[in-house]
Amino acid sequence: MSIKSLIVDPLIKSNPITLQILGICSALAVTVQLKNVFVMCAAVTVVVALANMGVSIIRNHVPSSVRIIVQMTIIASLVIIAEQFLKAYVYDQWKTMAVYVGLIITNCIVMGRTEAFGMKNGPIESFFDGIGNGLGYSIILIVVGFFRELFGSGKLFGMTIFELTKDGGWYQPNGLMLLPPSAFFLIGFIIWVIRTKDPSQVEE
Amino acid sequence: MSKQNETLKTITVAGLLCFVCSILVSVVVVTLRPQQAKNAELDMKKNILMSAGMIKDGDDIEAVFATVETMIVNIETGKKVEMDAKRYDQVAAIKDPAMNVKIPADKDVGGLSARSKYAKVYLKRDSAGAIETIILNVWGKGLWSTMYGFIALGPDTKTIKGFAYYSQGETPGLGGEVDNPNWKSQWVGKNLYDTDFNVAFAVNKGAVDKNHQLANYRVDGLSGATITGNGVTSSMKYWFGEHGYSKFLANVRAGEI
Amino acid sequence: MLEHYLSLIIKAIFIENLALSFFLGMCTFLAVSKKVSTSLGLGVAVIVVQTITIPANNLLYTYFLKAGALGWAGYPDVDLSFLGLISYIGVIAAMVQILEMALDKFFPALYNSLGIFLPLITVNCAILGGSLFMVERDYNFGESVAYGFGSSVGWALAIAILAGITEKMDYSDAPKGLRGLGMTFMTSGLLAIVFMAFAGISL
Repeated sequence: MSIKSLIVDPLIKSNPITLQILGICSALAVTVQLKNVFVMCAAVTVVVALANMGVSIIRNHVPSSVRIIVQMTIIASLVIIAEQFLKAYVYDQWKTMAVYVGLIITNCIVMGRTEAFGMKNGPIESFFDGIGNGLGYSIILIVVGFFRELFGSGKLFGMTIFELTKDGGWYQPNGLMLLPPSAFFLIGFIIWVIRTKDPSQVEE
Repeated sequence: MSKQNETLKTITVAGLLCFVCSILVSVVVVTLRPQQAKNAELDMKKNILMSAGMIKDGDDIEAVFATVETMIVNIETGKKVEMDAKRYDQVAAIKDPAMNVKIPADKDVGGLSARSKYAKVYLKRDSAGAIETIILNVWGKGLWSTMYGFIALGPDTKTIKGFAYYSQGETPGLGGEVDNPNWKSQWVGKNLYDTDFNVAFAVNKGAVDKNHQLANYRVDGLSGATITGNGVTSSMKYWFGEHGYSKFLANVRAGEI
Repeated sequence: MLEHYLSLIIKAIFIENLALSFFLGMCTFLAVSKKVSTSLGLGVAVIVVQTITIPANNLLYTYFLKAGALGWAGYPDVDLSFLGLISYIGVIAAMVQILEMALDKFFPALYNSLGIFLPLITVNCAILGGSLFMVERDYNFGESVAYGFGSSVGWALAIAILAGITEKMDYSDAPKGLRGLGMTFMTSGLLAIVFMAFAGISL
């Protein structure tokens, strides 16, 4: 497989969230503000890529009896390191997402990719497969975050786009967008759009 | 490969992996810890100064905070106690049996059940040494969460100079509007106590009528967030009542602090 | 006192439902919620594991990891809380493994019905999330038992409801692209709004 297809395929065609049903928890919880979305996406992409590569490097030396726990150890160490970095350099965002950063460990994207790809392929391919899947995850999160922040609080990245009525402007914010369930609807719509464009993904 | 060899290999691989991972994690944690501690401290200082309206975005937090005096006060007697203010965490003390005080049920209007024995108080004095601003840590139950904040009072201990929550988990858009700068700015200049020093401040139901006789003691209610608003009101009632900071504030008025 | 625990349980089941207000365990939630019987099996497995692991992690946190927790061993200044994540996941994986073996030995019938779900649980974020929330909210041991039980019952309830609705949904004439996963997302969204109504209950 070429590196290009490793990166491009997971963006839409085999997107981890909308097709593989992986890594949904955090997709819903951190998408109120785009700033948080970007921090979360960066953390997940780095962790997936490095975990995939790490597992791939030692794949021939790991007996299958301890396979899962070895992968878990690698992933957990990487997540701790990522969390420590967030805490040190983007403290404000870390504070608002605290628990969800730790939950990258059980984000099925990471475990799913190391098990399905990293265990079978070389380190370089694995690294790019990780990047691709991380970006596929990011695309969905960014789209959801974009709509939620824009329509929920009239802002993007904390900068006002629509002037709110309570600040003397014209835009009456959509309160639903600030509430967690809106993420379900948005992802539902995204799936609908993707599957209308690409009917091969439709479930009968 | 013989069976024993395989077991040996499993153990070696597992051991090596643990070793490498633990070295990585420890190195990162140890190198980043000072930066993290600095962040947490800076964040707290920012919250304190923000609540009092003493800084704007972009100001040098450390420089402004250096002008503020920190002291530990025994809430029950309202007197200053000698303690290392740097090491004392008022919120952590609520859970520590040696450092907390159970709130008797008849006084527990905020539903807090326990509070810390000592309070960390921040004072800003003018050049002559007279108190300009008193900043106090307050918290109370909202709808979902415990809301932690700071309130800043003037030297008469009545006038509110500023207020802000630094940690709350209320519904975004409804109760979460306690973080709205417009709402918080209403607090400034309102009176906490009436002339006899009973707590008169409350979050109104709906908007405040400017001509109402109590308008000076009310801020607008948050629409769709009655429970959050009631939580704010009752926490103020508790913290500035006789079981809260009232003794300390009386001492301030008497000029003993 | 009893009242306190009871209200904690009710709160964990309805008001702070792990699946519908914190979106934890969503992957399994959406993947398994196609049939009521399978989702009930998974629900029970989650209840068992959660009720054991949260108190276990609570002990681990209080006596080993918390800042100053190692005071009994002569190291009062050590703060190991950054090791939390890896320790909790280790405890969870070990618990699941032990439970699997114990069930196999003593309750073969239960093992056969739960068996396939147990490995899934290790990577279910509701389990790890429960432990992280327990730490964040500083529950003591008794509270953590109540919270572990309540939160997992809430999760099981949510997945059972969703599976019931999804089963019926097969007969509806939805647009092609929306069938299956898309529909499940929308339904969970509506369910989450329904559960928000519990927010007004003050305990």
